[in-house]
Amino acid sequence: MLDVPPMNPHDEEERPDFAALREKLASKQGPAYWRSLGELAETEEFREFLTKEFPRQAAPLQNGLDRRDFLKLLGASMALAGLTACARPPLPEEKIVPYVRGPAEVTPGKPLFYATAVTYGGFAEGVLAESHQGRPTKLEGNPDHPASRGATSAATQAEVLSLYDPDRSSAVRSGGQERSWDEFVDAVQAAVQALPGGQGLAVLTEHVTSPTLADQLRRLQAAFPQAAWYQWDPLHPDNEVVGMRLAFGADVRPVYDLTRADVIVSLGADFLDRGPGRLAYARDFAQRRRALTADTAMNRLYQLESSPSPTGVVADHRLALKPSDIAAAAAALASRLGVNGPAATAPSALPSAVLDAMVADLQAAGGNAVVIAGQEQPPVVHALAAAVNAALGAVGNTVTYVQSPSARPAVHAEEIAALTAAMRSGQVRTLLVLGANPVYTAPADLGFAEALRSVPFSAHVGLYYDETGRACTWHAPQAHFLETWGDARAFDGTATIQQPLILPFYGGKSHHEVLEALLGDPEATAYDVVRSYWQGRYAGDFEAFWRESVFRGTVSDTAAPAVPVSAGAVNAELPQGGDLEVALVYDSAVLDGRLANNGWLQELPRPITKLTWDNAALVSPRTAERLGVDTGRVVTITVGGRSVDAPVLVQPGQAEGALTLALGYGRTAAGSVADGVGVDAYPLRSTAVSFSAPATVSATGRRHQLVVTQEHHALEGTGEARHIVRAGTLAEYREHPDHPGFVHPVAHHEADLYPDFAYEGYKWGMVIDQTVCTGCSACVVACQAENNIPIVGKEQVARNREMHWLRVDNYYGGSIDDPTFYAQPMPCQQCEKAPCEPVCPVGATVHDSEGLNVMVYNRCVGTRYCSNNCPYKVRRFNYLQFAQLDTNATPLSLANNPDVTVRSRGVMEKCTYCTQRISKARIEAANEDRRIADFEVVTACQAACPTQAIVFGDLNLAGSVVNQFKSSPLNYTLLEELQTHPRTSYLAKVTNPNPALERSA
Amino acid sequence: MPQLFPPTANTLVRWTIFGGGVFAVLLVTSLVYLARTNNNRLLVPVSQPVDFPHNTHVVDVGLDCRYCHSTVETSNTASVPSTETCMTCHSQIRTNTPQLQAVFESWETGQPIAWNRVHDLADFVYFDHSVHVNNGVGCSSCHGRVDQMRTVFKTEAMTMGWCLECHRDPATQLRPVSEVFNMEYKPPADPERQRALGEQLIAAYHIDTDRLIQCSTCHR
Repeated sequence: MLDVPPMNPHDEEERPDFAALREKLASKQGPAYWRSLGELAETEEFREFLTKEFPRQAAPLQNGLDRRDFLKLLGASMALAGLTACARPPLPEEKIVPYVRGPAEVTPGKPLFYATAVTYGGFAEGVLAESHQGRPTKLEGNPDHPASRGATSAATQAEVLSLYDPDRSSAVRSGGQERSWDEFVDAVQAAVQALPGGQGLAVLTEHVTSPTLADQLRRLQAAFPQAAWYQWDPLHPDNEVVGMRLAFGADVRPVYDLTRADVIVSLGADFLDRGPGRLAYARDFAQRRRALTADTAMNRLYQLESSPSPTGVVADHRLALKPSDIAAAAAALASRLGVNGPAATAPSALPSAVLDAMVADLQAAGGNAVVIAGQEQPPVVHALAAAVNAALGAVGNTVTYVQSPSARPAVHAEEIAALTAAMRSGQVRTLLVLGANPVYTAPADLGFAEALRSVPFSAHVGLYYDETGRACTWHAPQAHFLETWGDARAFDGTATIQQPLILPFYGGKSHHEVLEALLGDPEATAYDVVRSYWQGRYAGDFEAFWRESVFRGTVSDTAAPAVPVSAGAVNAELPQGGDLEVALVYDSAVLDGRLANNGWLQELPRPITKLTWDNAALVSPRTAERLGVDTGRVVTITVGGRSVDAPVLVQPGQAEGALTLALGYGRTAAGSVADGVGVDAYPLRSTAVSFSAPATVSATGRRHQLVVTQEHHALEGTGEARHIVRAGTLAEYREHPDHPGFVHPVAHHEADLYPDFAYEGYKWGMVIDQTVCTGCSACVVACQAENNIPIVGKEQVARNREMHWLRVDNYYGGSIDDPTFYAQPMPCQQCEKAPCEPVCPVGATVHDSEGLNVMVYNRCVGTRYCSNNCPYKVRRFNYLQFAQLDTNATPLSLANNPDVTVRSRGVMEKCTYCTQRISKARIEAANEDRRIADFEVVTACQAACPTQAIVFGDLNLAGSVVNQFKSSPLNYTLLEELQTHPRTSYLAKVTNPNPALERSA
Repeated sequence: MPQLFPPTANTLVRWTIFGGGVFAVLLVTSLVYLARTNNNRLLVPVSQPVDFPHNTHVVDVGLDCRYCHSTVETSNTASVPSTETCMTCHSQIRTNTPQLQAVFESWETGQPIAWNRVHDLADFVYFDHSVHVNNGVGCSSCHGRVDQMRTVFKTEAMTMGWCLECHRDPATQLRPVSEVFNMEYKPPADPERQRALGEQLIAAYHIDTDRLIQCSTCHR
C-alpha cells in the first residue's frame, strides 16, 4: 500500500547545466538570493520540497478506493478503535527510591551545575555540567572560563550522548577475551618490569596540556630513564608549532584579542569555529560587529579560504582560493607589507584590487589589525602571518604570543614517525597507547598498523574498542571526562581542574590512574593524583585554593605568560600547487573521527553544506563542469600514489580546483552509529601531506546517495519576492540610519478584523542577529540536547523527516561561482496570529497568555494540519517511534532532560522557546513573589551561541536586552506580509566591505 | 411494481426496535461500569515495604509534614525522606521494632528503600509542589487527611478535570500560607466567605489566574 518514491530521483537525471544557471542569475534584478542549485535549476526534487509540506511521503493510495471499500475500511477501523478504548491497561507500579543518606547539596528535583572542561586536541573549553541527582544531562558553557565565555560548540553539546554511548568500551580485553583490571595492571607491570630501565617502553599520548599528566610522565621518565614518550593528536596544531619556530625560533602560540582588531585578514583560518580559542574569538569578534545602530564601528574581515566556513559566512570579503593560492597570497601580502619572505606573485584568483585594498586596510589599521593563519595552512603561512603581525605592530595589541600551553611542545607528525620507526626496528618492546587512535589516524605512509604487529606487548586505553584497541594486544576502557578527575589547559594556558559528575559508567579508568599503576600504585584514584599534584604546587591555604579552583572551573593566575618575540626573515618554501588540489579538513562535527559514534553529530546538517551522515568531496560548480561530475558521483582522488574513492558534492563557494574532503569518516571500529558511514580520507595523508596537496581526480561509474538538507523546509520565494534574507552594507545603513532601505524594501499594510490580544504578564520574544550568526549550528545540537529531540537516521533524513526543532537555513547571494552566504537560524517563530492554531481539530496547538504558541503533545492526534499550514515549516512530526520510550532499553535515555516530555510516534512537535526553562523561572519567581528578571530565562540555543546572535527575553520588561534589539532599525520579521506577527524577529545582516571594492557579483 | 418489503418485514422492525432498546440499556450499563472502574486506585491503601503509620507520626508524635517531605517548599517534588531521616529518631526509639527491620537493613547495607508511589501523575504533567504550597494550597486540599491515615491512599482522582476545577477558580480552594501545613484547617463553611478569602489571597499572593489555565503551565 505504501509506495515510497525512490530516495533519490536525481540519480537518473542529467547533470545540471551550470551555464544556464549563471545566465539566469545574471538576468535577475536587485539582490539575488537563492537556496540551492536545485532551486535555480527548478528541479522536480526542489519543487517537491517547496510545495509539499510532506514531500517524499507515502504516495496516495495508488488504485483509488471506491466509496464502498472506503466505508468498509472506515467502519472496520472505527470498530477496532472502539475495542481498544474498552480497557485501560492498569497503571504500572512506580517506585520512589530516596537516598539512604541524602547529600546535603542535593535537592531532589533541582539540578546542580558543576564546572569542568572538555578538551579538543588537548585544549580545554570550560563547561558547566548539569546534573539531575547525579545524572549529567546537559553541558553549558562556563562564563568564567577564558575559552568558553559561556558558549559551547556543537560537539560539546553532544558530549553527553557520548557519555552514555552503549558502544563505548566496557571491558578490558586481550586475546579476544574479557579480562579484569587487575589482570591488565599485572600484565602491564610485568611487561614494563621486564625492560631494564624502561629500555623499549614507549608511551603514546594525545596532545598533553594536563599539568598532572605531564608530571606523571616526568615521574615515569625518572623511574624508567630509557622509556620514550611520544605524542600524536590529529587535532594538535602541528603547522602552527613549526610556523612559530620558523618565525620566532620559539615555542609560542598566538592568542588574539579581537576586541581590539579593526581589520582582520584570515589566511585560511576558520577561527570562529575551529581550533583552540574559537569560542572566545567568536565572542570578541561579534562584540566588534554587532550593529544595532548605524554609528557602530564595525570591524572588517577579509577571509581567504578554500571551502565555505562559518567564518566565511560573516566575512566582508571572502575569497575562495585553493590551498596553494592561499600560501601564495600570504606571501604576496607579506612582501607588500615589507616582510622578507619567499618570493611570490599574487595568485590569479586574488584580484589585485582586493590585495591592494587589503594592504591599504592593514596599513591604515596598523597595530589594530591582525592576520590569522588557519590550522590547516602549511607552516610557512603561520610564519608569514606572524611576521606580518610583527610588521604591523600588532604584537601586544591584537595578538600576543604566549608560551605554549603544551606540556612538551612537539611536532606530532614527527613524533608518530619516530615512534613508528622505532617500532619497526624492534626497539619498542612495550607500547602503551593512552587515548590516541593512531591505527586510524596516523599518516598513511608510516604503516603504523603493520609496525604495531612487531611490538610484542601493546596496551591501548581508550573510550572505544576502536581500530587501535583491536590492533593492540591489550585494551582497557578509558573513563569519559565527565566520569573522572583531571586537568587541562586552555588555548591561553589557563588551567582547569576537571571534576567528575558520575562514577565511570562502563568501568573505565583515567589515564592518570593507568600511569599511576605503571608507577607502582594501582590503587591511586585520579582524585588523589590530581589533588596531590596541585597540593605540591600551591603554598598557602590549599583547601581554599582547591575548592575555589574546582568550583570556578579555572585555576587563577595560570594563563601562559607572553613571550617577547622578534620576527626576522621567513625562510621557507611555498607549497607546490597543482591544477587540482585536495584539501583535507577535520569534520566540523565528528572532528578527527573521535566523535564519530555520536548520532547527534552525525545527523547535524554541517554548516553551509547541510550534509548529514556522510563526508563528501566538495567541488565548485566550475570544477564539477571541468571534471564532468555532479553531486553523488563517486570520484577517485589520488595523492602521491594513494587514492580514496569519495562522492562529490557540488558546493557553490568552493575554490576553483580545490576538493575539500573531511577526515573522521569511514570508521571500521567506532561503534554501531559510525561504522561504514562516509569514506576514510586518512589514506591521503602522509608525512609529506598534512592537509593539502596536488591531486588527480577521475570519475568512477558509481554513485553514492548524499543526504543534504539544504532543500528541506524551503520557504517559497527565496529571492526578491518575499525578502526572507535582508542584507546591506554599513555604508547603506549609515545613509539611512533610522530606516535602512534594505530592511523594509516593501511596505506592508496592517489590516485585521480583530483587536490584538493584550499580553499583560510576561511577553516572550526572540531576536536573531544575522550580522553575527556564523551558522556554526551549536544551537541546533543544544536544542536537541535540551529538548530530547531524537535522531532518525540517514534514510529518514532523506525523507525530510529530521526532527531538529531549530534548523539553520543557509542562503546564497550573488553568482553560483562566487556567492556570499547568509545563515538564518529558524526556530518556531511563535506567531501571535499563528496559522497552525485554527486548523488543529483537537486544540493541541494553542496560544498561551505569554504569547507562546504551545504544543500539547498529549492532545495531538497527528493530523499534521498545523504543519501543513505553517509558512515557516518549523513543525516536526514523529512518523515513527523515533524516541526511546522504554527508559530501561538503552542507557542513552539517561541523557534525556527530565523536564521535557519524551514524545511518542504520531505526535507533532516544535520549538517551545524552551518552555520548561520559562516554567522553572516562573515558579521560582512566584515562590519569591517577584517578577522574572532579564536573562533569568536563557533558551538552550541562546546559551550555546558563541557569538550571542540569539537574544531572548520579556518584551514587557522595560529596558530588557531583547527590547533593545527589537528597537534596532535592522529588526524585521519573516514573511511579514502574512501578518502572522512572529515573536521571533531577525536583524538584517550588515557587512562592512571596503568601499574601494565595489562588488561585481 | 412489486412490493419492496415482504409482510414479515413488520416483525423485523418490531424486533429491531426492541433489540435496539436492549442494546442501549446494555451499552449504558457497561459504560457506567467502565466509568466506575477504579483505575485511579482511589481510596485504596497502598502497602509499603515499611508499614509507616502517618497518623502515629503526625498526631501522636506531632511531626510537621516538612520534617520528612523537606523539599516541598523549594522543589517540584516534596520528596520522600532518606533512610537517614528515619534514623534520626529510630536510632534511639523503638530500635527493636520488627516493623522497622527494612529501615535498619537499609541503613546498614546502604541499599535504599523502594517505596510504592501513591500519587502518580502522567509523565507529560509537570506538577510543582513549591509553587502550590507557597501560594496557599494546603497539603490536605489534594492529599486529604493524611494525618488520620494509617496507610496512605488517594483521596482525590487527580485527573486533569480535577486539577482544572481549582485552576479555573482558585478562590474556592485557597487558604492563607500560614495554614498550608495545618491538617486540621477548616475552610469557611459559607462558600461566599471562602470566595472572599480566596480573592483576597489571590491579590495578596499576586496569583496570575489567567496563567493557571494555560496548557504550558503544566505541560512541557
